[in-house]
Amino acid sequence: MLGADWGGTAERRHAWLPAQDDEMTDSIASQLLDRRQFASGAAALAGLLVSSGGLGAQPAEPAWQQVFKTLVGDTKPIEGKVSLELPEIAENGNTVPVTVSVESPMTATDYVKAIHILATENPQPGVATFHFSPLSGKASAASRMRLARTQEVVALAELSDGKFLVGRRTVKVTIGGCGG
Amino acid sequence: MNKPRVKLPDSAKAGDLIEVKTLISHVMETGQRKDPDGKIIPRNIINFFSATFAGNEVFRAELQPGISANPFLSFFMKVPGPGEFEFTWVEDGGNKIVEKIKLNVT
Repeated sequence: MLGADWGGTAERRHAWLPAQDDEMTDSIASQLLDRRQFASGAAALAGLLVSSGGLGAQPAEPAWQQVFKTLVGDTKPIEGKVSLELPEIAENGNTVPVTVSVESPMTATDYVKAIHILATENPQPGVATFHFSPLSGKASAASRMRLARTQEVVALAELSDGKFLVGRRTVKVTIGGCGG
Repeated sequence: MNKPRVKLPDSAKAGDLIEVKTLISHVMETGQRKDPDGKIIPRNIINFFSATFAGNEVFRAELQPGISANPFLSFFMKVPGPGEFEFTWVEDGGNKIVEKIKLNVT
């Protein structure tokens, strides 16, 4: 607010004073710049509030998407390159077998660093992160997970060259896990 | 309690791709459930697992409450030569369970 007022005063002064003085115009220019910086800063802050669900008016982004974005950053993951084996129907959401794998030569220079598993409708979307090494030989791991209800499971693989691959699978859950 | 079980092939040759299966008994209490009095049962899970072979990392995992009770984990290793596995499970609060098993390399 203070920044905006200052800028306004400078503009008005600029309007009825002949701007011949170079030093004067410089200072006006820098004040205007300050104003622009202030405006973009305010927009960024507003964006931050929206993304963190701070402003009630905007529909909150699902928790799992926030986790997903934190992981991928600005990179665009390639769809369909992660094999995600899950039963089509899970009778017991407390223990659902899951296997993830990615085709990779798994050499010291070209390997899958990690695979993240996200359950989109669980109270806590992050389920596990598996880290591989060139010693792994094969980028594949299996475990058993909890699913609160019918939902899509997302597997996100992080490659040694910084690329991301993603696989998705919907599981119908008869009796939900994580029950209270 | 918390007795881990590990399944390895009986023997392997250098260069073989082997599957390692691990299981440990643990409640993996999510921190979401309530007891009959309506009080939240505090979270208590195995949050970390790692496997090294001859001192080098093969696989590690960060686990969240979304992993089932008695967590099962399986993964692969390309056998570099003879050596011993060291498996570590870490519980909330930092308690560690360590198991060492030699791989029979022929």
